[in-house]
Amino acid sequence: MKKRIILGLLVAALVFGAGAFIGRTTKKDVLITSSTAGASYSGGYEGASKSASAIRSVAGPAPTNVVVVKDGESIQAAVKSAPKGTIIRVMPGTYHETVYVDKDDIRIIGVIEAGRRAVLDGEKKLNDAILYSGNNFVAENLEIRNYKGNGIMGQAGNNFEIRNNVIAESGVYGIFPQLGQNGIVEHNVVSGIADAAIYIGMSDNILVAHNDVFDSVAGIEIENSRHAIVEHNYVHDNSGGLLAFVTPGLPIKDTVDVIFRNNFVVGNNHKNFGAPGSTVSGIPAGTGILVMAADDVVIEGNVISDNKVSGIIITDHAHAQNITADPESDPNSDRVKILENVMLNNGYDTITEAKALALADGMVSVKNLDIVRVGPSPGSCIINRHQYQAVGVSDFADCEFTNTATTINYLLPPVPPREIKPGERGRVVFLGICSGCHIYNGRMIGPPIQAIQALYMENPQGLADYIAKPQKKRDDYPEMPPQDYLDPETRLAVAKYMLQVTN
Amino acid sequence: MLAMALMTAVAAARSTGPASGEFILSSTCPPGFEKTGADVCELRTLYQFYPVKRGLGGTRTALPAHRDGFTPHQIDLGRYLFFDPVLSGDGTLSCASCHEPERGLSDGRARSIGIHGADAGRAAPTLWNVAFLKRFFWDARADSLETQAAGPLYSPREMGNTPAKLLASLNGNATYRRLFKEAFSSDSGAITERQVDTALAAFETSLVSLNSRYDRYVHGYDAALSGREIEGLNVFRSFVARCSECHTPPLFTNEQIAVIGMPEPAGQAFDVGAEATMGSPKLKGGFKVPTLRNIARTAPYSHSGAFTDLRSAVEFYNKGRGNAVPKGMHLYLHWHISDPKLTDAEVDRIVDFLGALTDETFLPQRPAQVPSGMTLPKRGEPN
Repeated sequence: MKKRIILGLLVAALVFGAGAFIGRTTKKDVLITSSTAGASYSGGYEGASKSASAIRSVAGPAPTNVVVVKDGESIQAAVKSAPKGTIIRVMPGTYHETVYVDKDDIRIIGVIEAGRRAVLDGEKKLNDAILYSGNNFVAENLEIRNYKGNGIMGQAGNNFEIRNNVIAESGVYGIFPQLGQNGIVEHNVVSGIADAAIYIGMSDNILVAHNDVFDSVAGIEIENSRHAIVEHNYVHDNSGGLLAFVTPGLPIKDTVDVIFRNNFVVGNNHKNFGAPGSTVSGIPAGTGILVMAADDVVIEGNVISDNKVSGIIITDHAHAQNITADPESDPNSDRVKILENVMLNNGYDTITEAKALALADGMVSVKNLDIVRVGPSPGSCIINRHQYQAVGVSDFADCEFTNTATTINYLLPPVPPREIKPGERGRVVFLGICSGCHIYNGRMIGPPIQAIQALYMENPQGLADYIAKPQKKRDDYPEMPPQDYLDPETRLAVAKYMLQVTN
Repeated sequence: MLAMALMTAVAAARSTGPASGEFILSSTCPPGFEKTGADVCELRTLYQFYPVKRGLGGTRTALPAHRDGFTPHQIDLGRYLFFDPVLSGDGTLSCASCHEPERGLSDGRARSIGIHGADAGRAAPTLWNVAFLKRFFWDARADSLETQAAGPLYSPREMGNTPAKLLASLNGNATYRRLFKEAFSSDSGAITERQVDTALAAFETSLVSLNSRYDRYVHGYDAALSGREIEGLNVFRSFVARCSECHTPPLFTNEQIAVIGMPEPAGQAFDVGAEATMGSPKLKGGFKVPTLRNIARTAPYSHSGAFTDLRSAVEFYNKGRGNAVPKGMHLYLHWHISDPKLTDAEVDRIVDFLGALTDETFLPQRPAQVPSGMTLPKRGEPN
């Protein structure tokens, strides 16, 4: 009996809703657009990869030098002794350590045997599992658990590839490349993260694809980053699924050109357990996709379902909780583009603010909310708006394109390292370091260059050897500190440079 | 009062200074700089070998854009001005009074002491690596070294001068007239404020510190840092401590305004910081993130010297978000201010690492005498 009444109410609401819908459409025909035809959006990035031979690797050719780390040994010890350009193969086992990589071309590749992985376990005592700042860094096939900070964090390393890793219960971010350019994050399974499972911070030219992210506060967050494609991910059971943000107070001031396409964004209703004060702690639990102050975000081809607050929320800094001010950042989400998406059963238990907005928009007794937009969002567009229960998009134009098919990705070909000729290296090292103590014909902390030239003119190697292990030669000068941190070639280059200086 | 009047009289009597011929502007660039064909000084550092992108984060990263290209004469003239008390209203203070080479280009005081013993209100920031900065003062109220210079020069709590008096003193000094002619040969006429500001900026951009043991580590020499310092580096950049999120290498500042809720020393009123500059209540208590280069040389710490040593400054961040926010005041604390629960050993390691950021090899030489002939009165020891 009770059930019937509820059903009856639902039907009434539906009829009412339909009435309102029909009422509106009498003013304007429904514009139905097929995304299998029509123009393609070509993004805001000229270097976008558009051909069939799309870039799938950015870290360059794999090094040939391979070292193997076995259970009970240290990955860091291997990194430390590895020359630039080494694959570190990590055998199954448990490793309790923080691995830091401050050199280029290092690949840490887990070996999986009989279902057993190389597990980095921080035991809730260690801070981060992997910190890298080198370029061309690759991490694959690892399992990372129980760290307090991050699973894998990059600081300014470019051309990185992070794939096929399992990361669980590992602190604030699972995978967090920061200040990097040209990177791939794909086929990772990331869960139980107190902020974003995958967080792209202040980085450019990024592909985040085929990841499974769940049970975290935020699934995938693109923050103060440019030219990012987030596609084919399964993003479920987080508090918020996909995020494109501008966070104020960072040195990179905008988020531009983000494509969220072909993702499953499902049931992101997890209780928000973000740290007090963190930006993500303000995400209403039940948000599928959240765009805050980011520009040129394209939302296309996603299945967005069962997110209880809303399928998509578009907002600005002024309406976001807990957000500080940054006079150098544009607070609005400009030029959002919502293309064809499948939206089912979103906004069924939404927040008071969204209900109030719906009411103000004339949506009485609405049961679902697919899209909520608050705050200015100039230049935005949408196709097939009739499919969505939407608040605040009536002033969106109809998009002039229906798909992003011609944009394969935003990755760049691997950039070969800049070649520095010995002469240039010698000059810069001389000016940047040696000139603090030596001038051509006067006394500073060390003897004049003229005096050094008189001793070593025909013997640059002798001078190069001397600066590595100086001995006290002159009573009236302090002993020179060893310059052994310069490699032998650089020492020879700077010796040669010093011997030909003429003023 | 009598002493003050006497001092002013002495200063006035000497305003023509020592014999002009004793001052020769250097024709060579300061250490770290290369003289180009155009006779200007350009900075050279090993960081120039790294790819240019953003100039922040990580280890082998190019530096952000910087100021250089001044002539050797302009830089050396700036050095004389910097050390000359003639720049202050009563001849008792030079720039170097608060930016002492011997004290990390700061002054070892909680808050600087200005003219007539005035409390200048905030701590003197170090001048190391200002060539790379785009914002100046703790509250980021100036956007160039030239506009910054006017702040302390004309503040009644700092150097207490006026533009008219400053130009009158400089133009009344034959040595300065000659030196400015040499440094600004394409200009004609009297010494101008713009020339003074340019010369000071030229000198300040030569204060470069990029050859610390940390930098040697970055450039590929693992042994430059001790095991403890490497541990400290990894805590510093870990996402538990999060120090490097704002004190971003290679400059160890990201130059942003951050509200972190630092305490004021006992008896000191709450300083709203950037709220006043930016007119934004959300930035109440916000200050520019300072560099950590040569930080071990510049105790005490914070905008008003709340911490006497480095360890207590680091420990503040470990006491929990908002631990020193005045009762009843709401601050929009930075999201990286958290409750990291670092162990005592981890706090110690961070302090160890910060010690590896010391490099004073390009410390400028204090001139034996300055063109005004003035000498600085002995000041009290730092409090």
